[in-house]
Amino acid sequence: MKRVIARLDIKGNRLIKGIHLEGWRFLNGDPNDYCKKYYFDGADEILYVDAVASLYNRDSLKDIIRKTTENVFVPLTVGGGIRTIEDVTEILRSGADKVAICTQAVKTPELISKVADKFGAQCMVVSIQAKKTQNGNYKVWYDVAREKTEIDVVEFAKKVEELGAGEILLTSIDQEGTGKGMDETLIKIVTDATRIPVIACGGFMKPEDFKLAVDSGADAVAIAKALHYNHTNIFDIKSFAASNGINVRKNED
Amino acid sequence: MKTNVGIIDYEMGNLLSLSRAFIHLNANPIIIKTPEEIKEIDILVLPGVGAFPDGMNMINSKFFPSAISEYVKSGKNFMGICLGMQMLLSKGFEHRETDGLNIIQGDVIPLPTDSEFKVPNINWHEIMKPNEHQWNHTILQNTKELTNFYFVHSFYANPSNKADVLAETNFGNLRFASAIKKDNVFGTQFHPEKSGAQGLKILETLLKL
Repeated sequence: MKRVIARLDIKGNRLIKGIHLEGWRFLNGDPNDYCKKYYFDGADEILYVDAVASLYNRDSLKDIIRKTTENVFVPLTVGGGIRTIEDVTEILRSGADKVAICTQAVKTPELISKVADKFGAQCMVVSIQAKKTQNGNYKVWYDVAREKTEIDVVEFAKKVEELGAGEILLTSIDQEGTGKGMDETLIKIVTDATRIPVIACGGFMKPEDFKLAVDSGADAVAIAKALHYNHTNIFDIKSFAASNGINVRKNED
Repeated sequence: MKTNVGIIDYEMGNLLSLSRAFIHLNANPIIIKTPEEIKEIDILVLPGVGAFPDGMNMINSKFFPSAISEYVKSGKNFMGICLGMQMLLSKGFEHRETDGLNIIQGDVIPLPTDSEFKVPNINWHEIMKPNEHQWNHTILQNTKELTNFYFVHSFYANPSNKADVLAETNFGNLRFASAIKKDNVFGTQFHPEKSGAQGLKILETLLKL
């Protein structure tokens, strides 16, 4: 089964969207209303990313999680600013099923093992922000694509799998927010090198992009802009996928 | 009168999602922290995420097993979800051999890791009727065959008596018990509280059985 995941980037209590993980703009309306729509359209999961990720506005993120889980009954992943086991405990207690960890997975990779040991690999999603170099390799970036490293994305993906990550959220910084299609090469090299599910993210615009990502090896696709701005919707993506022989959860489910 | 649904809290489950699902269905979820609290309950649910030995250890340390079997004998409906379903069986083999609640005979064994499918199995899967098994008068009586539900697990229940298997799911070459039933006791390996409208339908059916 290939999954369609609705991604919502959050700042305070608002939904935001950027390009290349910067230049954030606010979208009108309550994030929970977007979330409910995606749930009714057939989203298999919801992903919230707290883009500001500072500790002082945690209460509004928890408030969003709480409101969401009152009406939305599919798995919920929450990421952004998670630094410690205590942060993970707090997010899971608010109603999330999984946490996505990016910056601390780079800085203190042993946190991945600690979370997997305590809560199970199934709730430990490592978020990898990847950017292509001039010679065609991919390097790991972190802190919402503000900090670069010399770590190779494929090597890092293998490492986080070994440390106990249950899933990888793979975001192409180059494609993110552009709507210019997903980076199939990036998806392919990471899924070829790992056994855990990979959620591809960045650049999704039209239902055909789902097929391209899945054909490249993605287990799931996370979509933000194309949904928020109604360029497409989950119903159409799944109909397209099903008619192209991809196993997706049926819309009437 | 709202139905009082007891949800056993042994500190190893996502109680919140399950409570919110029952509130959404207009029932009254009650978090059960001690065996004494079970008496007031119309329907009892055992949730759980985690490893079998840890789960049994917590349940035993809180003296739940005898209260659970007493409740089951009373004839009221009982449902185990995920690890909560697995612990209904006789023995688990996660990390080490551990005695289960032995309400349904059989073992809990690992999913094969040699198939094309990934373990832990974190995905939506279809459920099917085993042979001629009827879903009337069960939690699946309003569910269509081949409906998808959300699974998160590395082990599966293998009941000794095939009549206790309520639904099956394919995982590579394996066909495992994704739901079990014995008299008034039900169990699902998948998470109805995380399976969208079709999952809620199962919980709603449980409330009305």
